[in-house]
Amino acid sequence: MKIRAIAFNTLKEAIRDRILYLLLFFALICIAFSRLLALLTIGDRVKIIKDVGLTSISLFGALMAILIGTGLVYKEIDKKTIYTLLSKPIQRYQFLLGKFLGLVLTLFIMLLLMSIIFLALIFFHTFTVEWQMLIAILYVFLELCLITSVALLFSCFSTPILSSIFTLSFYLIGHTAWGLETLIKKIKPGFGKVLAQGLYHFLPDLENFNFKTEIVHSLPIPPSIYLYSTLYGVFYTLFVLTLALLIFRKRDFI
Amino acid sequence: MALAINIENLHKSFSLGFMLKKKKILKGISLEVNEGEIFGYLGPNGAGKTTTIKCILGLIFPEQGKIELFGQSHLSLPAKARTGFLPENPYFYDHLTANEFLTFYSQLFSIKKNEREEKIKDLLQTVGLQQSAGLQLRKFSRGMLQRIGLAQALLNEPSLVLLDEPLGGLDPLGRKEIRDIIVRLKEEGKTVFLSSHILQDIEMICDRVAIIVNGEIINQGALQDLISEKILFTEIDLSGVEEKELEGLGEFLSGHGERGLLKVFKEENVEKVLELVQSRKGKIHSLIPRTETLEDLFVGMVKQK
Repeated sequence: MKIRAIAFNTLKEAIRDRILYLLLFFALICIAFSRLLALLTIGDRVKIIKDVGLTSISLFGALMAILIGTGLVYKEIDKKTIYTLLSKPIQRYQFLLGKFLGLVLTLFIMLLLMSIIFLALIFFHTFTVEWQMLIAILYVFLELCLITSVALLFSCFSTPILSSIFTLSFYLIGHTAWGLETLIKKIKPGFGKVLAQGLYHFLPDLENFNFKTEIVHSLPIPPSIYLYSTLYGVFYTLFVLTLALLIFRKRDFI
Repeated sequence: MALAINIENLHKSFSLGFMLKKKKILKGISLEVNEGEIFGYLGPNGAGKTTTIKCILGLIFPEQGKIELFGQSHLSLPAKARTGFLPENPYFYDHLTANEFLTFYSQLFSIKKNEREEKIKDLLQTVGLQQSAGLQLRKFSRGMLQRIGLAQALLNEPSLVLLDEPLGGLDPLGRKEIRDIIVRLKEEGKTVFLSSHILQDIEMICDRVAIIVNGEIINQGALQDLISEKILFTEIDLSGVEEKELEGLGEFLSGHGERGLLKVFKEENVEKVLELVQSRKGKIHSLIPRTETLEDLFVGMVKQK
């Protein structure tokens, strides 16, 4: 009940934040822009709409997770609301989990809104509801959960600007780390290869959640890949949340 | 008498600045607060008052020392459930209305839904905010924030209420109202731990006090034991006597024309001044014997330290 109360307060705080609506507005414009882009393209117009639409949802979802996620815990500390909150009979992990769930709930609602607009836009072209798009969006959601946990981790000990930079770096590295795999294959055995292999295992691989191309082009995806990506997302998020908790539980609120 | 707060040998330092230089904030604080009393925690700015309170609430972890609330560890949830806290310069979620805010906090105390509404209504009435229940906290004045802060501190009907500078920044009327609420809390059997540097208020309502300077408690005890009842001097507001005639009897503080304020240190001199005024057919407008105040004690001790 306590975690739920904190989660709903976080949701309330987030949905009363103007930044969220600004991002949502731009996301919807981008989704709508895909229609314009499709008109200018030769070939399968619907595929362009799907491609640009899904990318917009993923990108703006990540921006929402980073900007709101890094701000909310810091705001509690900066504005000292955390003093009265933690003096109540709650454990610190309940506070952090409540914050995390509140943010995840906010992102879920935002993704839902964007998905409805996106599916409606496709419907106007194909006159069918393309439910399989939701699979790609579901994995975007899993990715956003992980980004939120990272944003939360950084905001436990850092300012919003630094946390945003760190989390954004995590996002960018996460989407480019797959390049290391190619590098490992091409590099000669030795220190360089060991280093690249070490980095590849250490750095996050957010491409695990990217099923956009496969879904848009209706390519087959084996269930084992889905399972791997789900487990990767869940365990990575739990790992980051545990780290955040370890830092948060011993932190002094001066 | 049972102890509401028991602190033994509390030490805390903070690493400050770029070089993370360690600064000792609390240097072996020991305190005992009895159940049912109003305990004043006095000290100049930066003495360690708020740090002590944060240690009690588990917001800061001391390096050394023991803190117990009602005989239990201060970090235990049952101890926290019996405690209410109002921070200095309270700031709350400004996107919430007073009603929403108290509802949120009452959920943290696991107060049942059917009890919640009634309790919140009563509390808003107690702190005089019943008219502002639907107003967002961002529209609250400082005094109103202090009141809603007090309301959230009392949501769980706590046995112990910790108030950090509750009277700071309030107008005289607001101060009186908060003071009255604190006294009422004591009458209801609650323990109040009050940190302040507004000494008149502490003197008016506290049973016992502790004075902290530079992270050390330099004196603590019942107010009547700390402050001597000996008359320090007498202030006489008189007229009809020449200033020259009063020389040697006291110190002339102010005056215009025939009227003046005389500060007399010896009791026999007070008699002499009265006789002189009578003989010159003058007038005594007021005669006030001044005993030691908490302020005198406090200023003396801080200077000494």
